[in-house]
Order: sequence, then structure tokens, then C-alpha cells
Amino acid sequence: MSVNYGSKRVTVGAGYGIRDWLAQRVTGALMAAFTLVVLAQVIFTSGPIGYEEWAGIFAAQWMKVLTFTTILSLLYHAWVGIRDIWMDYIKPVGLRLVMHVASLVWLIGCAGWAIQALWRL
Amino acid sequence: MTETARQRPEFRNINAISDLPTYRLPAAGWVSILHRVSGALMFLLMPFIIWMFDNSITSEISFASFAAAFNVGVGFIPGWFVKLTALAIIWAYLHHFIAGIRHLYMDACHAVTKEFGKSSAIVTLVLSLGLTAVLAAKLFGIY
Repeated sequence: MSVNYGSKRVTVGAGYGIRDWLAQRVTGALMAAFTLVVLAQVIFTSGPIGYEEWAGIFAAQWMKVLTFTTILSLLYHAWVGIRDIWMDYIKPVGLRLVMHVASLVWLIGCAGWAIQALWRL
Repeated sequence: MTETARQRPEFRNINAISDLPTYRLPAAGWVSILHRVSGALMFLLMPFIIWMFDNSITSEISFASFAAAFNVGVGFIPGWFVKLTALAIIWAYLHHFIAGIRHLYMDACHAVTKEFGKSSAIVTLVLSLGLTAVLAAKLFGIY
């Protein structure tokens, strides 16, 4: 078993990470763009920002689509990140599975709530 | 037994209690661990973030209750604690954002020298902590 690459590679079922690595960067860049867009709109609003001005930022259809995309990006980005934390520090398989499932429930619940709030607007 | 399944020696010489307080991390090490800490913090505080988002955009009335949470508190939680929690999120977001941009820049421009790692880490720490201090002063009404 000295050859461990190409078609002879022994795979052990773990993810090799390139997809998550890329997804982490793409979703991160999307969220950074969203941050700058919100920030720009806040800065270029003249006068004090009350409810009308603030909600108005998110009411535009293109902004709703961008916010929706950001929520989904956050969901995936946070899943990859938090899963890495459990994989690094939690060794017992059963406990790790419980933490993974709990994290997914937490994240999907949060994403649902955020989308609900966005779509009411 | 395959190569991958063979027993490897383990070196577990870092004790969380006796070693970590005296463990001297370089600047890039601080950025790295704080990236993780800030991410975990935002993960835990996500319901609070969405609560703020929900209340601030839903209606005039909910916007008022969102604002009131910072001034007079919400339920049994005093306003200063809400502000402190918001400040923790502000720091976490700034650090995660700036450190993330650093990551993207390093990947896109192959900027992986030891010198750049150190200088960009220092810039990350100074910017995130500096901006947090500025916004903290604003949040607690110093200016």
C-alpha cells in the first residue's frame, strides 16, 4: 500500500475540502458585498434615519433579492465554519453528530425566521 | 492496515489551563483564533441579530420597541446589557469582515509571505479594535 494517490488513493470518507473552501470564499464575498451596499445606503441617506428610511432600504425588490441571497450565504457559511469547530474539538462521534444536527436545526431555523421577516416587508 | 489508518504518534503538550495563559501567539495567530471566536459568537447571537432585523423593519411600532431595547431595556434585560451585546456583535462582525477580506486578498493575490502575514495581521487587529472603540463611544453616547 505504498501508492496513495490517483486511482490507488485510499479514501476514508472524509471531505477533502476544496468545495467548502471555495463556498466559504464565495459566500463570504457575497456577504461582504451586501455589507458595503447597506453601509453605502445608510451613509448616503440624508438626514436622520428613522423607520421609513431604514425599512425603505430593504423594501426595494433588488435589495430583497440581495438580502435573500445573503441569508442563504450566511446559512451555508456558518454551517461550514461551525462544523469545522466541532470537527476540531469534539472527538466522540455520537456527541459530534448531536452537535452537527443541533447546529443545522439552529441555522435553518434562524434562516427561516430572517426570510420570513424580510418577506413581510 | 493501510497507510492512512496506521497509528500515528500524538503530541498533546498544550494544557488549556496551565499553558494557554502563557502561550505567546504571533499577531497572525491572534487574528486566526479571533476569527474563529468571532464566528462562534455571531453563530450563538444569531437569534438576537435576527430579532433586531425583524423588529427594525416590520413596522413603526416594532421599530420603536427595537430602539427602546437599547435605551430602557427589554423584559428583564437592562438597556446597557443590550448595548454591550450589540457591541460584542459589532466587534465580531468587524473582525470577521476584515480578517475575511485578508483571507480573500491572500488567496486572490498569492500574498503568502511571512512579512505580509504579520503586517496584514497587525492591520486587521488595529482596524477592528479601533473601529469597535469608535462605535462603542457612539453607542454609549460619548459623542
